[in-house]
Amino acid sequence: MTAAVTVRGAVKSYGANRVLDEVDFTAAAGEVTAIIGPSGSGKSTLLRAINHLEPLDSGFVAVHGELIGVRAHRGRLRELSERAILRQRSRIGFVFQNFNLFPHLSVLENVIEAPVVTRGVAKAEAVERARELLAKVGLADKETAYPRQLSGGQQQRVAIARALALRPRLLLFDEPTSALDPELVGDVLAVLRDLAASGTTMIVVTHEIGFARDVADRVVFLDAGRIVEQGPPDQVLLAPREDRTREFLGKLR
Amino acid sequence: MTSLSPPPTRPAEDLLGRLKSTKVVPLRHPWRWVAGAVALVLLAQAAHALITNDAFQWDAFGYWFFRPVVMDGLLLTLELTGLGAVFGLIGGVALALMRLSRNPVLRAVSWGYVWVFRSIPLIVLLLFLANVTALYSTLSLGIPFGPSFVEFRANDLLSFFVVAVLGLSLHEAAYAAEIVRAGIISVDQGQLEAASALGLPKTRQYRRIILPQATRAIIPNYANQLINLLKGTSVVYITSLLELFGVVQTQASTNSGQIIPLLMVGTVWYVILTSLLSVAQYYLERHFSRGALRTVPATPAQRFRARMRSLGVAR
Repeated sequence: MTAAVTVRGAVKSYGANRVLDEVDFTAAAGEVTAIIGPSGSGKSTLLRAINHLEPLDSGFVAVHGELIGVRAHRGRLRELSERAILRQRSRIGFVFQNFNLFPHLSVLENVIEAPVVTRGVAKAEAVERARELLAKVGLADKETAYPRQLSGGQQQRVAIARALALRPRLLLFDEPTSALDPELVGDVLAVLRDLAASGTTMIVVTHEIGFARDVADRVVFLDAGRIVEQGPPDQVLLAPREDRTREFLGKLR
Repeated sequence: MTSLSPPPTRPAEDLLGRLKSTKVVPLRHPWRWVAGAVALVLLAQAAHALITNDAFQWDAFGYWFFRPVVMDGLLLTLELTGLGAVFGLIGGVALALMRLSRNPVLRAVSWGYVWVFRSIPLIVLLLFLANVTALYSTLSLGIPFGPSFVEFRANDLLSFFVVAVLGLSLHEAAYAAEIVRAGIISVDQGQLEAASALGLPKTRQYRRIILPQATRAIIPNYANQLINLLKGTSVVYITSLLELFGVVQTQASTNSGQIIPLLMVGTVWYVILTSLLSVAQYYLERHFSRGALRTVPATPAQRFRARMRSLGVAR
């Protein structure tokens, strides 16, 4: 088992508020990790720290052995240049809670933008790949539509196709179904299940406990910026060792 | 808590039996008709007063309207507006980006520029520039505070035309900066996050993602500003440049009794130019609404054709 993501001693504060408090975290390659926890527990901050959308105050993140956003220089961690960070991010797919599709670009333009610009992929090739991905998420007929003409569930599936277009080795999902109407959640989760089955390394911040139980290989429970408990879903979700975990899961039922 | 009174026996069915039709008759608004009629009468009076009053000298208006001297003034007005708009917008975008940058010095400089140039009335600024030779007789290019390579006599460099363009652009840039900045900050923060999560280069994030969306919010405000600029060019006549208003003013002083028709000539030209800008604004707004509206509204021409088609079908 090789580590796809390693987080060591991650600390992040907003003023006096310590959102991440010495977090150590490892995600294995090819596995699906679900991060659960109450709101404000630091789940999203941890996820965003992994692709340096949220720079850490101290500690570091490595993806497949490569430090993200920083380099070690004479025994210190120094922030990388903006360009180097952008290049690293283009190898990590990120899916937002609010989709954040580009509303003035068509579905197809949204998907081909990054491969064409950051990878120099020929446009025809990018379009071909984008069509495959849109078919995969069940939106082959929507390529000329604009995001606002789609339902929330469709927008999120486009956002997933957009992230996949860069052929990332790691996919990060920040509460991908939280902004969706209940009847649309299933479509998005089905896409996530397919991805998980194909062996993509995924880290998913989620409130969908059922999804975490069925799909995740490992569940991490975060509270007040610390990892309280982690392990296989059956253990963490069905037979939690910690009172805090039990209390949180009890509230969800 | 008041208790509900017992319901009358089968009221809905009774009513249905008594109605001849269930179609709802909309409320009539007689006062709307009265108000509309009053407005029309007042408008007709105004038009009548305008046309029948000989003092407006409509024949003289016709004489002046296409005079070459007026055309020259009109051309100069267009040149000043165009150059002021272009340089003003370039300066405005630069100032807006400076103001939004993380560099505190650039932010402060941008803020200071806007503060100064919004505070100086345009007419005062133009007079200052026109008299800049009193302040600096030579201008030079070289190392700051060090030796200079090229020297210009301020008088040679700063013709009245250059002074006017410079003044209008400096003034315009301060306002454009705020309009552009408002447009940029109106774009959802998540757009920049998504663009940087995809690894798009910084310039691409702005050019492809942020500015096109900001433009939608910028256009109505900038069109307003452009109309102000168009009319604002009329103050450059104090630097003795003969743009449209300058021509009207000088011709009125040499042709006695012609001031009213000449002012009308200027007014009508300003109205025409403003109208053209409004039309351009409409089509630009429509272009940049791509993706922001579920369906882009039809242009007046499209609506007209659709109307004609439906009439044709009706016949």
